[in-house]
Amino acid sequence: MSKLKILYVWEIPVRVTHWVNVLAIVTLCITGIFIGHPLSIGKSASGFTMGWIRFLHFTAAYVFAIGLAVRAYWSFVGNKYSNWRAFFPFLTADGRKKAAATFKYYTFIDRDLPHTVGHNAVASTAYFLVFLLYLGMIVTGFTLYSEHAPGGVMHKMLGWITHIFSNQTLRLIHHSFMWLIIGFVINHIYSCWLMDIKERGGIMSSMFSGYKSMEED
Amino acid sequence: MGKKSDDGNLAENKQHFDLSRQLTERGVSRRDFMKFCSAMSAALALPATFAPKIAQALDEVKRPTLVWLEFQSCTGDTEALLRASNPTVAEIILDILSVDYMDTIMAAAGHQAEENRAKIIKEEKGKYIAVVEGSIPLKDDGIYCCIGGRTAVDIAREVCGGAFATIAVGTCASYGGLPAAAPNPTGAVGTKEAVPAATVLNLPGCPLNPDNLTATVVHFLLFKKLPAVDQFGRPLFAYGKKIHDNCERRPHFDAGQYVQIWGDEAHRKGHCLYKMGCKGPETFHNCPTQRYNDRTSWPVASGHGCAGCSQPQFWDTMTPLYRRLPNVPGFGIESTADKIGLGLAAGTAAVFAGHAVVSAMRGEDKMEGKKREDINNG
Repeated sequence: MSKLKILYVWEIPVRVTHWVNVLAIVTLCITGIFIGHPLSIGKSASGFTMGWIRFLHFTAAYVFAIGLAVRAYWSFVGNKYSNWRAFFPFLTADGRKKAAATFKYYTFIDRDLPHTVGHNAVASTAYFLVFLLYLGMIVTGFTLYSEHAPGGVMHKMLGWITHIFSNQTLRLIHHSFMWLIIGFVINHIYSCWLMDIKERGGIMSSMFSGYKSMEED
Repeated sequence: MGKKSDDGNLAENKQHFDLSRQLTERGVSRRDFMKFCSAMSAALALPATFAPKIAQALDEVKRPTLVWLEFQSCTGDTEALLRASNPTVAEIILDILSVDYMDTIMAAAGHQAEENRAKIIKEEKGKYIAVVEGSIPLKDDGIYCCIGGRTAVDIAREVCGGAFATIAVGTCASYGGLPAAAPNPTGAVGTKEAVPAATVLNLPGCPLNPDNLTATVVHFLLFKKLPAVDQFGRPLFAYGKKIHDNCERRPHFDAGQYVQIWGDEAHRKGHCLYKMGCKGPETFHNCPTQRYNDRTSWPVASGHGCAGCSQPQFWDTMTPLYRRLPNVPGFGIESTADKIGLGLAAGTAAVFAGHAVVSAMRGEDKMEGKKREDINNG
């Protein structure tokens, strides 16, 4: 038996951006579903229900985009668990081996769970794919948003996208990606819960405290 | 459209065209004319001080020659121009243009008409304005639309190539429109795509709004150049804002008052058509302010959502017209992206719930939380 250690894994920017993303994604999904399928809850024509809900959606979108940018920056300056390399386990032989072992564990083929302090290999690969979904959401969302001010800075930056995809295709992507993200969130919460039980490293509380009680790598 | 090619004295006509006389003859007062000039400066988003300049420009105008080509179209744009209820000032302004060739209304026919066109192209090279209505087929060497034994693309290359500028009227001429809708059997394209060398100004819409054509002509007469355009080649004065952002029903959108089914109370009260698939939020056009048929009405005012007709490939991208989102390829037409997504989320939750049950029963998983020398090389 090797000794347990208290390891500082998730630095402050990692935890802050994580919870900012959680708040932003929840806000964006709820307001987004309402914008897509609004209820007639306006009492008079001088109300502003949809206006405020859209305002919330756009504000949360800015918060989300900034949060993601900060996290992307931190993947270059943070510790090894937050480094961008952690999200590409398939680039190393060790990472591939661990990914295969973790996948086997998840699918009940094998009972052995590889030891990992940071993100496990399957999770980090999923996070990279989700990061691409986020980028897709930000690009499609802000492209549609930019049309409120044609010829403005944002429209000049993103307007060319409407040349490749029509507005309606962008909207379809924006809706579909949201459901994929919701699917990911269900998976993410479940997997963390499972790993909290199975790893006994305190993965759930580590997202609040930053510390895990584990053997060192 | 007045005198076009009703006789052979085109040149004489041009010299004798006198706007003041025309206005008097048709019973249009100077006051009405000035009102028109003010309206035009407003349509072009120019300051009010431009109204007298517009009046002056129109007074001093020399008739520019216009060649109107019609290819794969329903003649809806010609109709939109010709169906003005009474002689309006706008109509007279369009009369300033010497329409020397226009398939639908010219008196000349056959070889005589073709000769007229050839003469203009030769004698006024680089000076005349070409107007194209309808899409141009390119498939199988363009044989699906031939006039006088020549293909549309061949005629368009010659006429638009030698023109000062080409105005593509309507969505078909601008972007291919309905003939270009999937599966596009004739390989139809818009004018700019068929004749890349030409200077093309797009005035899409189904049909185009004749007021926007008038304003474009006035702009041309006033500044001797074409108006500024957006990324789809449309003049900004008419296509610079989304329909949704200028819509008279917009307060109902912001308030949260929507038509749920056709003919419900909200529909009768004129609430927002967003949930009925209105494509105003996708479409750039000045319909809400300029309106159609002498500013009588436009689709949303009459209780029907916008179809997005002034956007490229609208027939393929804006359908289904009465739903917010396009259909998801590969799924049944009744399945919207959000229904599929909800199913996906529910399915994911069910899968992981099952996983949790199995995991809970596997109490004795090995080496959890322990260091594994055979797996971990670190």
